[in-house]
Amino acid sequence: MLTILAYLVVGIFVVGFIQRIGLYVRSPAPLKIPTTPAPTTTSGVVWRLFTEVAFFNSLFKGDKWAWVGSYAFHGALVLVLIRHLRYFVDPLPHYFAYIQIAGIVAGIAMVGGLGLLFLRRLLIDRVRYISSLADYLWLLLLLGIGTSGLLMQFCFRPDIVHIKAAMMGMWSSSQSLPMVMLGDFIFLAHLLMVAALVVLFPFSKLMHLGGIFFSPTRNQVDNPREQKHVNPWAKY
Amino acid sequence: MADYAVPEIQADIKTPALAVGTMAHLTPYPAVEKHMVPLGFPDQRVSNWQEKGIEKLGEMLKKYRSLQVYMDICVKCGACADKCHYYLGTRDAHNMPVQRAELMRSVYRRYFTPAGKLLPGVVRAHDFDEEMLNKWITYFHQCSQCRRCSVFCPYGIDTAEITMAAREIMDAIGVGHKYSTEIICKVHDVGNNLGIPKPALQGTLAFLESDILENSGHEVRLPLDEEGAEVLLVAPSADFFSEPHIQSLMGYAKVFHQAGIRYTISSVAAEAANFGMFIGSFDQKQKIAKRIADEARALKVKRIVVGECGHAWRVAYSFWNTLNGPFDFLDPRYPVPQHICEFTHQLIQRGALTLDKEANDDYVVTMHDSCNVARASRMGEKPGGQFEIPRDLIRASCHHFVEMHPETTHEKTFCCGGGGGTLTDELMDLRIQGAMPRVTALTQVMKQNKVNLMAMVCAICKAQFSKILPMYHIPMETVAGVHQLVSNAVQLGAKKGIV
Repeated sequence: MLTILAYLVVGIFVVGFIQRIGLYVRSPAPLKIPTTPAPTTTSGVVWRLFTEVAFFNSLFKGDKWAWVGSYAFHGALVLVLIRHLRYFVDPLPHYFAYIQIAGIVAGIAMVGGLGLLFLRRLLIDRVRYISSLADYLWLLLLLGIGTSGLLMQFCFRPDIVHIKAAMMGMWSSSQSLPMVMLGDFIFLAHLLMVAALVVLFPFSKLMHLGGIFFSPTRNQVDNPREQKHVNPWAKY
Repeated sequence: MADYAVPEIQADIKTPALAVGTMAHLTPYPAVEKHMVPLGFPDQRVSNWQEKGIEKLGEMLKKYRSLQVYMDICVKCGACADKCHYYLGTRDAHNMPVQRAELMRSVYRRYFTPAGKLLPGVVRAHDFDEEMLNKWITYFHQCSQCRRCSVFCPYGIDTAEITMAAREIMDAIGVGHKYSTEIICKVHDVGNNLGIPKPALQGTLAFLESDILENSGHEVRLPLDEEGAEVLLVAPSADFFSEPHIQSLMGYAKVFHQAGIRYTISSVAAEAANFGMFIGSFDQKQKIAKRIADEARALKVKRIVVGECGHAWRVAYSFWNTLNGPFDFLDPRYPVPQHICEFTHQLIQRGALTLDKEANDDYVVTMHDSCNVARASRMGEKPGGQFEIPRDLIRASCHHFVEMHPETTHEKTFCCGGGGGTLTDELMDLRIQGAMPRVTALTQVMKQNKVNLMAMVCAICKAQFSKILPMYHIPMETVAGVHQLVSNAVQLGAKKGIV
């Protein structure tokens, strides 16, 4: 079961994601449209994109509360994901002990950030107006994943040794999950929610992960006078 | 003058509480057959417009990466929502950039995504029906394509791209806007947006020459169609007929005169503006821009200099090379095209002009950055030159210069309220309310610093403010071109320029 599910989920994600990115790569950018002032060199553009991805600096300019919520969430998510590597690596290198604390603190920050984003969506009239059911469901799904993770960490610990063995064996044979303690069931819910998120990822707004790198207003060099930018479908 | 509701100016720009549909009544005049057909659009709304519209959207998604990516990746964070001058002025929910884009995104989801096909209610997907088309017509003509939203978007989503695509789709199904299509037809027929024929243009230029002679005692020329000139000057046609635009035109002429550089205006290309951009059509942009490149060849000039016009500068700076380049027949020592501010700036730096700041001592000047210059192009060699170069010209021409609130200038500048094809009388309510943020910032410096002149480098901004500021009880004379200040300050005959 677990093996089939894992292959299916990862397969859909990889194919879907690549197909989507392929679409962005193939679709032409007919004109130079960087939002200026923009870098005049390629290295400048790399820096601009780096600052967008690493610091969300446009969002910082635009909305401080949204920045706090989303930066807490995304930053913490990265740390949490790194910490999760411990469940897929054997034997565990010693430095994972250091990541452990950061990962757990990040888990709390992640749920806090998501909570802030959820409240924002509910309380600000403009954001409430533009929100669809799907926008709330995404936040609830992520909150569900984060909360179930924290519950396992602090309240109902599952049989982690057994689970890790199942995870490690997931790709080769069909290992069954332990279903003994409450924590084991929370783990199953945690896993299924993650699976749902990963499967839906390529078909949703979560594609902003890859899409940002293809945004012409951010990834183009401001040099239209120096270098002719060619529109592939123009009739010259 | 009709009775318009003019917002009361507050001490600061405040984000209003949301309202739905305050601007729903404001629809643009539909384009008519005689302006649609020459541009290759259907003469009226086609019978299978739904099908055609969806098909055209599919085609646009394949042609524009911006559109495909921007349809997909908006997370609806709302950072753009309170950045649009039209939202701030009208409170209308559909004038939040994200919600404007949602008009197209909801249709995109319905026909191009699995979620929208299966669960339209959950993801807010919507049929491209009569009600939706009416919203498109209304609200995609309430965007001035100023790109202020794109500055604050974490992914740089540019609503201008979406508005342009929407207008192109609407044109393809025979639902155009009278204002833009009529003007594009004029530029093809006569050579300029105002439809000024050559004899009238000749008359105006001769009149201006005698006017300058009378006032200054100097024979400053405004030559037309002179083959072999060094520079082709392409100004917005408003510069030939409207106040205060004409003051800047005289400024350019004086600068050329003092520099001793021979230039010419072209009767065929007496227009820098390119409304092809407003309707989103690449083909129209290309065709309108081509006549300028052709004229530069025919008149055997070495450089092209563009006058004070915001969207024209975007098209010229960002698009010309793509549309009709390379311009390898021009002098490679100069950028193609060159902005008149870059041109004058270089002359000042080389000491070719003598400017008497006292000539502008009656004024306390501020600068309104025009959106297409600020966020869609550049001047000079460094990023941000589009802010510094015009300011350098202002500082070189007057003693008293102050900035407006930093949240309303440079890349964060507010649109005048009349850009992107909205400078038409039937959209007056929108223009008045959309000007509110800029008028608020201007009023602040008028009170604090006794500012009485707002300088700018855009013909549409000048036309819009000349009409709108008086409604806010600010004198029309407050509006000025940057080269109007230069015109006042430049000393004719002080010393002969260098080439």
